[in-house]
Amino acid sequence: MANMSMVKNPMPSQDPLVRGRNFDEVALGYTEEQVKSEAARCLNCKIPHCRKGCPVNLNIPAFIKAAGEGNYEEAYRIISLDSSLPAVCGRVCPQENQCEKFCNRGIKGESVAIGRIERFVADYHNAQPNIEVVKPEPNGHKVAVVGSGPASLTCAGDLAKRGYAVTIFEALHTPGGVLVYGIPEFRLPKAIVAKEIEGLKALGVEIKTDWVVGKVIDIAELREEYDAVFIGSGAGLPQFLKIPGENLKGVYSANEFLTRINLMKAYKEDAMTPITHPKKAAIVGGGNVAMDAARCALRLGAEEVSIVYRRGFDELPARKEEIHHAQEEGIQFRTLRGPVEIQGDMKTGVTGIKCQVMELGEPDEKGRRRPVPVEGEFEVVEADVVVIAIGTSPNPLIRQTTQNLEFNKKGGIVADDEKGQTSLENVFAGGDVVTGAATVILAMGAGKKSAAAIDEYIKSKK
Amino acid sequence: MVKIVNMEPLNPTLIKITLEAPHIAKKVKAGQFGILRVSEDGERFPLTIEDWDIEKGTISFVFQIAGASTQLMSYKKPGEYIADVVGPLGHPTDLSNAKSVCVVAGGSGCAIGFPVIRELNKMGVDVDAVIGFRNKDLVVLEKEISALTNECIVMTDDGSYARKGLVTEGLQSLIDSGKKYDKVITLGPLPMMKFVCKLTEKYGIKTLASMNPIMIDGTGMCGGCRLTVGGETKFACVDGPEFDGHLIDFDEAIARSTRYVPHEKKRHEEACNLFKKEVE
Repeated sequence: MANMSMVKNPMPSQDPLVRGRNFDEVALGYTEEQVKSEAARCLNCKIPHCRKGCPVNLNIPAFIKAAGEGNYEEAYRIISLDSSLPAVCGRVCPQENQCEKFCNRGIKGESVAIGRIERFVADYHNAQPNIEVVKPEPNGHKVAVVGSGPASLTCAGDLAKRGYAVTIFEALHTPGGVLVYGIPEFRLPKAIVAKEIEGLKALGVEIKTDWVVGKVIDIAELREEYDAVFIGSGAGLPQFLKIPGENLKGVYSANEFLTRINLMKAYKEDAMTPITHPKKAAIVGGGNVAMDAARCALRLGAEEVSIVYRRGFDELPARKEEIHHAQEEGIQFRTLRGPVEIQGDMKTGVTGIKCQVMELGEPDEKGRRRPVPVEGEFEVVEADVVVIAIGTSPNPLIRQTTQNLEFNKKGGIVADDEKGQTSLENVFAGGDVVTGAATVILAMGAGKKSAAAIDEYIKSKK
Repeated sequence: MVKIVNMEPLNPTLIKITLEAPHIAKKVKAGQFGILRVSEDGERFPLTIEDWDIEKGTISFVFQIAGASTQLMSYKKPGEYIADVVGPLGHPTDLSNAKSVCVVAGGSGCAIGFPVIRELNKMGVDVDAVIGFRNKDLVVLEKEISALTNECIVMTDDGSYARKGLVTEGLQSLIDSGKKYDKVITLGPLPMMKFVCKLTEKYGIKTLASMNPIMIDGTGMCGGCRLTVGGETKFACVDGPEFDGHLIDFDEAIARSTRYVPHEKKRHEEACNLFKKEVE
């Protein structure tokens, strides 16, 4: 029997007042009963529009059907044909802009909660003891993968399943890229990322941590040693506002703030890595990273956390769900405030941000209304910790050390959309290093396409 | 996991640790650094690579016990392991066009200045050195540095050995004696480098200062190591670690270096107590 409820089964979550003070996962996940009820909302449409919204083209109706029948392992098998990281995607994909946006149930009422069902299936599978992995027959070819974020993990997984000997080179001491240093524990528990990576290792993927490509080994050497190279090194270079006071004590890039907390576990009482626990924190920026930083600041014990954003509330680029969660937890939104100076002194550090008050003007080329200064009106947002979360650009190390590899004006690698082919013959690239900072699932889509292209390229050379 | 090949105390405060890292040994050049992590869940901290051996596949660092992590590392023995080492990071020291160079270093800076002196000597450059220490017991590498330099002035703060005074006084006397340098390279504590740069600015001698700020990844990702050079923000890890000393905002760098002093003190005491307990 189809479940004709107009709304999704709500996601069980920690109470906002409680969760604002801990780093445990906010969303608790569906129960079996809820999964079955939600799966029954899927109409198993003849033309499944949801699939075209998915960058990895997951067979959504099929896995939902299996899940609805309680066949969770079968549902997992269907998902893993196309996705290497289901437990991650079920949590951090912006489904409302992808699969769920095209769901027919969404025309009248809410779409099917595809992401929540995916998450349940992946968690169910990961909770099983002794998951058996069949190691594919080696095909005798080697591929090097640079970086270990979502693009690289997907590419590595897909190639390993095809029998390639894959070696991942990761600069940090823990693999996972932005999944471990960027996205906080309360949105994506690190144990889940570790589990997905264990799965790749079981497929035979070798991971070399503490290897900085461009320093200890360069792309030219990798091209010699491997049949092909995939670069998925991400967009890790933080941008700053370039206003006075930005180097005062207490001013962090979002990367530093989140890396200290997520990768280095600075939020724990006995952590070796320090972090300044704010009383009043101000986060500059309005994207998902800004929301993550704000919610981390709150969990470090801040009494007051503000998002400072130069456009209006409706222009915030973060996911609606993230904004909603942040609001529930008591994060303040100081929109139409453009930082002009970070105030403080060398000894005590930052004391606040002086902001130009803005109003909305004409839409810009992207259709977002441009912020225009209100002549002579300023406001100071008090803060002892300021986090700059206004975006990142691709890391320059590979650019500085690779000859004949073409880059665009923003420092990204030039690679074709369909295959990720770069200007160098056996070098492919995908994810944020090509597009600039984007989403986990888009990076995964690029990694998947490149894996197919690398397979085709190597086979064509035989 | 990285194997410790050797641990050698150089003086009561400095220890030389040699690690098995053939891939790094093959690539490192003078002036580059590595990032270490002693234990799982430990912090990441940068140290300049002091020596390396391509044949043996080893690299060495000289460290001073400055906090909890270096305290824990000092307890390690050869054959044991530390969690991680990554490198070589940063740009090598710019030794191009140098004809006559003076290396001015203090404390552990003398150890990290050593490969630079060795490289300059190999290139046939005239090198002098001024090396400074707090007292006689802390003097290191005097013989080695003397052997590679035309003149090597040793200074101690308290006068318990060689000349009493600061490295700037040693450098001043070399300049006064008519020595002409086209480059000064300075390594050591921030206030020392600040005053060396002030002195060389007066004489118009181009000066490189080796910066070692707080950092996490060492690859340009966190921006924690940023400093102001000539009015612009630079990252020590990917733009440095050496910069034109006359353009560095040392006061800002000194302020930034104190960010986590209370935390460091607390963790350091804990690390010491841990050791005391083990000894008992």
